[in-house]
Amino acid sequence: VKHTISVQVEDKPGALTRITSMFARRGFNIDSLAVGPTERPGISRITLRVDCAEHTLEQIEKQIHKLVNVLRVTELVPGESVERELMVLKVSVTPERRAELIASVEAFRGRVLDIGPEAVVVELTGTPEELDAFHELCRPHGIGELVRTGRVGMARASARASGHRLAAIN
Amino acid sequence: MRGADAILRSLEAEGVEVMFGIPGGAIMPTYDAMARGTTVRHVLARHEQGAGHMAEGYARASGRVGVAIATSGPGATNLVTPIADAWMDSTPLVCITGQVRSTLIGTDAFQECDITGVTLPIVKHSWLVQDARDIPAVMKAAFHVARTGRCGPVLVDVPRDVQEAELDFAWPEAVDLPGWKPPRKVHPLQIRQAGEVLAKAEKPILYVGGGTLNADACDELLALAEAGDLPVVTTLMGKSAFPESHRLFMGWPGMHGPKWSNIAMNTCDVLVAVGARFDDRVTGKLSAFAPGATVVHLDIDAAEISKLRDADIPVVGPLRQALAALTQEVVRHRAEGAPPPAEWVRRIVELREAHPLAYGSEGDLIKPQALMETLQELTAGTDVVFTTGVGQHQMWAMQYLLPDRPRTFITSGGLGTMGYGIPAAIGAKAARPEATVVCIDGDGCFQMTAQELTTAAVEELPIVVVLVNNGYLGMVTQWQDMFFDGRRSHVHLDEAMPDYAKLAEAMGGVGMVVTKREDVRDALEQALALDRTVVVDVRVDPSEHCFPMIPAGAAALDMIEYADTLAKPETLKKAEAL
Repeated sequence: VKHTISVQVEDKPGALTRITSMFARRGFNIDSLAVGPTERPGISRITLRVDCAEHTLEQIEKQIHKLVNVLRVTELVPGESVERELMVLKVSVTPERRAELIASVEAFRGRVLDIGPEAVVVELTGTPEELDAFHELCRPHGIGELVRTGRVGMARASARASGHRLAAIN
Repeated sequence: MRGADAILRSLEAEGVEVMFGIPGGAIMPTYDAMARGTTVRHVLARHEQGAGHMAEGYARASGRVGVAIATSGPGATNLVTPIADAWMDSTPLVCITGQVRSTLIGTDAFQECDITGVTLPIVKHSWLVQDARDIPAVMKAAFHVARTGRCGPVLVDVPRDVQEAELDFAWPEAVDLPGWKPPRKVHPLQIRQAGEVLAKAEKPILYVGGGTLNADACDELLALAEAGDLPVVTTLMGKSAFPESHRLFMGWPGMHGPKWSNIAMNTCDVLVAVGARFDDRVTGKLSAFAPGATVVHLDIDAAEISKLRDADIPVVGPLRQALAALTQEVVRHRAEGAPPPAEWVRRIVELREAHPLAYGSEGDLIKPQALMETLQELTAGTDVVFTTGVGQHQMWAMQYLLPDRPRTFITSGGLGTMGYGIPAAIGAKAARPEATVVCIDGDGCFQMTAQELTTAAVEELPIVVVLVNNGYLGMVTQWQDMFFDGRRSHVHLDEAMPDYAKLAEAMGGVGMVVTKREDVRDALEQALALDRTVVVDVRVDPSEHCFPMIPAGAAALDMIEYADTLAKPETLKKAEAL
């Protein structure tokens, strides 16, 4: 089962390494990871996607919570949170088929960033599932390069202010 | 003042009495500051690993934070084993290391090593100090993190130029660690539930681990056991948390625990884990462990709850509070008529009488178990602190030495660090100068850290080393005999080489050799009375193995007892089947 964990950390040297090192040494796997600043200076948010059983998720959350730089650990529960991801990809396309591709990009509310003689660079933001769908759609054209940021997210505006925090640790 | 002085003023402000270390290039400014004056005693070890284990021994004997100090590069990497040991056994430790100048970091400079990187998986936290003005706050935070919540090691790495830089020293009043919030209280509802289950249990067991000692909760534990008439087993790390002469003391569970302790633990109906972590050496095969038990788990570390065995009633918080509150509940239930488990206690005592620890009596050689029994007789009731190495001698020490006071049995449990005993004993002596400190060591362990005998002699921290010398890496030999068809591979050390007694003399101590059964008592008596560093080289029967034993991965109740080994083919079959 896939879970998304959101971690607020102090922006201190090694804060990210401490988290990833904990995953490595305890044998937990990370599917995707995104790090960036938050609304508060000096505080970063790390969004982690993990594939594990409920019992392991609880262990992961408790182990992260023990790290000294970690301020808060929440699970972004599907339905109670919004999640987005950014993908940039270079699609091989001849001038004749370019219009067809651009129509697909528009249907997914993406943007064309650059056009070359044999390829187009496209940007797309959406749920990871939408990105997967677009990726599949472009595959027949031939994909030169692809990069994804890993998902980021937060609790919905209508959700409880505290988000979904693990009872045992908070 | 300079950064180096700020480090010492911080140690003084923390009330540190003693630090253990060795100087070297990158930490020289701090050693220069020591030469200018400090109230902190410095014990000069002969190897940084020794310094680290001394700091651990000091911490475990005193209940205070141990401090080790070393230079960059090899000095720092030599501290890695003690740091890992402290991590596994939750020993509060602050390690201070010098680092190359900030401008040289990342250039592969002489004696440069990314020690914060190397130790990342085995510290609670670490700091690479980049500005001398941060030193007071970092030092305060380091001690705070080491001793609060679940205890453990921290590392403070200070580049040489930061030690030399100027700052205005001010000791901060509070720590600024917004993310560090160990639990401060226990949940009353959980306590009520736990109290009810425990008081109404027919076959309860208190399974006590090292967390109880770290929490200084031994008085509260005794009160709970007595209030509820609850039998107690202590793990290797929990040993000495409960008086072993007490009528409710029921031994030590796990791989080399006696049969009665393991039966009691595995057939109980309510198992209360107190600062214990369901280690594989305790549980044996986890799925077969205490199958009928309702588990109550008391721990300061939420991450231990349901890590290995699901807890039915978790209680997260400080153990003193948890045990005291649980005692009140149990007292109330007893007053309301919930009967004490008298029948259960009687049954465990019967088991103890039916399955005593046993060993052979054949031959003229000294039996290591008899050596431990004599040592126990001679030290019973005295102010003694035991430390051990790791291996057969450690397990015999666990089985036959019966401490009655907390913090008097100091051993490497989680990491199983051979060579822990001698330096840990020196650290314990620094913490408890009035006590007799006895290190029970094996000949394999002895040779890993024996250089610290010089430290004991020079620093006037006398320890008694009882060398259980069988000429073998005994525990490996035992496993080769039992699980590798008796093929002995590189385990013979030679009991007479080195000459341990001469080695002791060469390092400023006293050396004694004991080869006859009838000389054991006199030799130990003399050694204990000398008030000098003594090595008593006791040549023991190399054929003795440590029993009972639960083979690794086997269910706890499938243990092999000494009696099984008398019918040798049977034992081998049993071992092979696993």
